[in-house]
Amino acid sequence: MKRTLMTVATLVFGAGMAGADAVAPADVVFADGSVAMSLTGVAGDPENGRKVMTTRGLGNCIACHEVTALSDFPFHGEVGPSLDGVASRWEEAELRGIVANAKIMFDGTMMPAFYKTSGYIRPGKGFTGKAATEEELEPLLGAQDIEDVVAYLMTLKDE
Amino acid sequence: MKRTTTLVSVLALAAWTAGPTLAGPDDHQLVINDEIQIITEAAAPAHMDGIDTIYSGWRFRADETQALELDDFENPGMIGVENAMAIWETVDGSEGKSCASCHESAESSMKGVRAVYPKWNEAAGEVRTLEMQINDCRTTRMGAEKWKWSGGDMVDMTALISSVSRGMPVNVAIDGPAQSTWEKGKEIYYTRFGQLELSCANCHEDNYGNMIRADHLSQGQINGFPSYRLKTAKLGSVHNRFKGCVRDTRAETFADGSPEFVALELYVASRGNGLSVEGPSVRN
Ligand code: HEC
Ligand code: HEC
Ligand code: HEC
Repeated sequence: MKRTLMTVATLVFGAGMAGADAVAPADVVFADGSVAMSLTGVAGDPENGRKVMTTRGLGNCIACHEVTALSDFPFHGEVGPSLDGVASRWEEAELRGIVANAKIMFDGTMMPAFYKTSGYIRPGKGFTGKAATEEELEPLLGAQDIEDVVAYLMTLKDE
Repeated sequence: MKRTTTLVSVLALAAWTAGPTLAGPDDHQLVINDEIQIITEAAAPAHMDGIDTIYSGWRFRADETQALELDDFENPGMIGVENAMAIWETVDGSEGKSCASCHESAESSMKGVRAVYPKWNEAAGEVRTLEMQINDCRTTRMGAEKWKWSGGDMVDMTALISSVSRGMPVNVAIDGPAQSTWEKGKEIYYTRFGQLELSCANCHEDNYGNMIRADHLSQGQINGFPSYRLKTAKLGSVHNRFKGCVRDTRAETFADGSPEFVALELYVASRGNGLSVEGPSVRN
């Protein structure tokens, strides 16, 4: 029991701490859909980015995208384009902008905005189907997770 | 027997040889009990602009799942139909009546009913789903308690009522007094709900045929409801399915029987005008 509480506390606190130095979702500066500055100033960890991309409760990017390099994770979706070679098509700043809020780069896109906290219609409390209780939701991904995903995407270059 | 063989041979040719993912509906044909022809593909009704051809969700399901619908003895949803046949004959409420007291055999009196619901009820001045109509008979005509919208007795009864219309084309009216409800349902269908900001149309109009993670997206038609889901091992109502889909967008969902879901049901039903009534269907 105690252990669980501690873990929860660490998680909440941990996320809060990372948030302290990070650029808040509302303060992110987009230029033509790109975000030039790192959200945290801490270099992204592609290994964690890979985890975020393949985990259902996190980015779950492969729900909509195929990525050959992630083929050891089953079930890739076809809603968005394959991300193979994506770093040869886009600059890092563009990728950061797409992951943080793809709706600025691609008007009306189905891709969710991962670093945004308000402006939703009937926002829910996670996947419970109940109404969200806070005005501002937690963004779908934390600032460092976004940096980590961008770092992973940067490894996806055409041969 | 012949049925099974045909399905298997069609399979061998299609799908899996094409590659890791299936795109679009398959080309299988649904004939239940070697007898009831189910139209699983039709020209889209005139009111739809985003889609030319409409398909039953059956056409997007795996072969093993499809096979369960070919024969009523294999279809687990038919157990609900049997339960409801017993309820049909059972007296309930202060008036000492059963459904059969007034409607005689469900087989003949309910034929064609599923195909036209939700439907405008002039006396009540509202669009009614089957559930609403059944509960109205229970409360005002039988003096019995309402059934819960997605409760066992209700879902079983809708399965019975659907089953006797299988093969008949869905044909809900969307004009006249039903029109404003229909418009409201349409608006909901295209609204991007929740933190994922997804509308029904994002998945079921723009992406049917595509995989979303492990799921092969269909057009989200309701001609097959109620639907037996292998995942939950239960027959489920239309609104129960709507709830799950809204919840999955990280949104606050609407309640069973809410005016929003009644309107949405009318709208979604109208997107299936021309497909056959197929319920109780089997889905994963
Ligand atoms: C619900 C589906 C969905 C999810 C989930 C999703 N995307 Fe996307 N993504 C899309 C779509 C659709 C596009 C195409 C953009 C458009 O609408 O024009 C896209 C485009 C992109 C692009 C541009 C690709 C190119 O080559 O042009 C990148 C990069 C990308 N997504 C990364 C991600 C990452 C990283 C995640 C997870 C954090 C993710 N996506 C999650 C649907 C999704
Ligand atoms: C006392 C007689 C009576 C009983 C008992 C009764 N009904 Fe009805 N039912 C009616 C009448 C009359 C109508 C037509 C009502 C109307 O059009 O508004 C009707 C209409 C219906 C309809 C709609 C038919 C259509 O063509 O639109 C359904 C479905 C239905 N009943 C189901 C049931 C079920 C299920 C039961 C048992 C749980 C039941 N009824 C019990 C009298 C009864
Ligand atoms: C994120 C994508 C997504 C969204 C958004 C979504 N659904 Fe679904 N829906 C699914 C998936 C996945 C299934 C199961 C596979 C299939 O039949 O498409 C499903 C199944 C269904 C089914 C069952 C179809 C059948 O043949 O049994 C219906 C009905 C349905 N959805 C309606 C809706 C409605 C109405 C909305 C809007 C309120 C909606 N869905 C929003 C993904 C979605």
